[in-house]
Amino acid sequence: MKHDLVLRVIGKLLIPYILLFALYVQFHGDFGPGGGFQAGVIFAAGIVFYALIFGLENARQVMPDRLVETMLSSGVLIYAGVGLAGLFLGGNYLDYFVLDPNPVHGQHRGIFWVEAGVAITVCGVMLKIFYMFASRGRSE
Amino acid sequence: MSIAAHLPALQVVLPLISAPLAVLLRRRDLAFWMVTAAAWAAFATAIQLWLQVGASGTISYHIGSWPPPWGIEYRVDRLSSFVLLLVSGMAAVMLPYARTSIEREIPEESHYLFYAMFGLCLAGLLGITITGDAFNIFVFLEISSLATYVLIALGRDRRALTAAYQYLIMGSIGATFIVIGIGFLYLTTGTLNLADMAGRLRGVESSRPVLAALAFLTVGISLKLALFPLHQWLPNAYTYAPSPVTAFLAATATKVSVYVLIRFYFSVFGESLVYEHLPLPQIMLGLSLLAMFGASFIAIFQDNLKRLFAYSSVGQIGYISLGLSFDSVHGLTASIVHLFNHGIAKGAIFLLIGGIAVGIATPGAVAPAPTFDRLAGLAKRMPLTCFGIVLGGLSLIGVPGTAGFISKWYLILAALEQGQFWLVGAILLSSLLAVAYVWRFVEVAYFRAPPAGHVARKEAPLAMLIPAWLLIAATIWFGLDTSVTVDTALDAARQLMGKAQ
Repeated sequence: MKHDLVLRVIGKLLIPYILLFALYVQFHGDFGPGGGFQAGVIFAAGIVFYALIFGLENARQVMPDRLVETMLSSGVLIYAGVGLAGLFLGGNYLDYFVLDPNPVHGQHRGIFWVEAGVAITVCGVMLKIFYMFASRGRSE
Repeated sequence: MSIAAHLPALQVVLPLISAPLAVLLRRRDLAFWMVTAAAWAAFATAIQLWLQVGASGTISYHIGSWPPPWGIEYRVDRLSSFVLLLVSGMAAVMLPYARTSIEREIPEESHYLFYAMFGLCLAGLLGITITGDAFNIFVFLEISSLATYVLIALGRDRRALTAAYQYLIMGSIGATFIVIGIGFLYLTTGTLNLADMAGRLRGVESSRPVLAALAFLTVGISLKLALFPLHQWLPNAYTYAPSPVTAFLAATATKVSVYVLIRFYFSVFGESLVYEHLPLPQIMLGLSLLAMFGASFIAIFQDNLKRLFAYSSVGQIGYISLGLSFDSVHGLTASIVHLFNHGIAKGAIFLLIGGIAVGIATPGAVAPAPTFDRLAGLAKRMPLTCFGIVLGGLSLIGVPGTAGFISKWYLILAALEQGQFWLVGAILLSSLLAVAYVWRFVEVAYFRAPPAGHVARKEAPLAMLIPAWLLIAATIWFGLDTSVTVDTALDAARQLMGKAQ
């Protein structure tokens, strides 16, 4: 679809807002519908949209395979790391109360990083699946 | 922070963290050391937990410091500490074996993924065992199952893909049934904590949603543990998976499912519902007998050694469910002990078969399937491997001096307690079937002349023989010294039946 002018222009216009919307869903998850999972999917959808219009190779330059694989695992590590942080600060595993002197702030801080971990992993998984299906039959 | 207080969390978290780290590190050696270190740490943790529970009773750990029933509780009692010991111990022994074995079975670029999946599978199985939360069980079940599908699909044989797909479909149906059952229970009781759920079920036990939940959970978990008519996924999955995967699955995955069934029957529904109001014991008895005779009979006629022992696994699971059908302390003890003993023996046998696959391969080529025509006269070239399989086979038969004898002894004891003498005969008769299929291997490997023509054969590498023989030695050890297995199982059974001393 590289030569479709309308798609290219609209895509260029929309993609930044899709990515921005993903961040909104991520950070507004405390107060409204949303959270890490949805944000990760929306962010990945933005990249998939880019890949559909400008081709897989261009998308792979923006989000290289190595980066995607790193995201895939580092999100889980961030999540587990929050749990371990609670452990080191004297609470139980995944204890957010001890993350800040004020326990309510501690809860905020804990869920912020956990959701960040979820978003990163989900985005990574979505892109990995897309790349694997999209490149099937090309390399073999 | 003191580590001792957080062991229940670390038990699951260490293998869980090792998996993404293995992916990040990418190098296969680093990934191997990462996951292996986590598995040994998990084994050490499990031993420590087992000692703690034995000394001071059930441990309850509150994830996120939210007290149960609101938060997720990790709960270690006699039974779960015993299963943790089995699962983590198997992983710790099999990972060093896997390093040598997968060099011949899995393309090098996906080695780090193999270790990551192994770590995830281990974390999932440990999580199922340790958690005291119904939904958490489902989540960990999915983690371990998804990892398992990938591990099976890594097999070199193209049929590994269909085997993994078949298991994926059957496993997903099982998982769906389990989550429906948990959903019914949640609707009825409003709680997901198993202990709390058990308390709230008193009085509404025979209401329809609870019975539906029991039915869904029974069928779902039976699919996962390969109870006789629901075992169709098992032979293919075991036959075509890479050998360390087959060994690990045979030793742990079905055993953990049995654990889940015991947990739901005795800790949630309570034996009065399961055994008095419903014909479940009779159904269980019938299916167990079918498994013991049917699957063992099919095993005798298999040509592929791996498939033979896969069918034997289905038969042996029959003994475990037979123990459950008695509704007595000795019956339950037999189930728990056999779960452990069979896990070790079958794990050892599959490890040794992996050694055969390497031993009969021409150097540099893909390891061929261990079919009987390739095994003729093998004992001359691979004496250690063949003798190990024979010893493991003796444990499957239940010869005195091996671990298998202990579990059958308790099964017979439970049958005699209830005056069902014909069952004693059935247990002995089905053991004869085990004699038949083990003898097939002995006959081919020891008494047949090796095929003419020059066939390259040598003993399996030491890195594969040592872990396998460790397990064989354990089979003999637990057949002679039962203080660990039987005492823990008796305690666990008494605890579950509410007859603690």
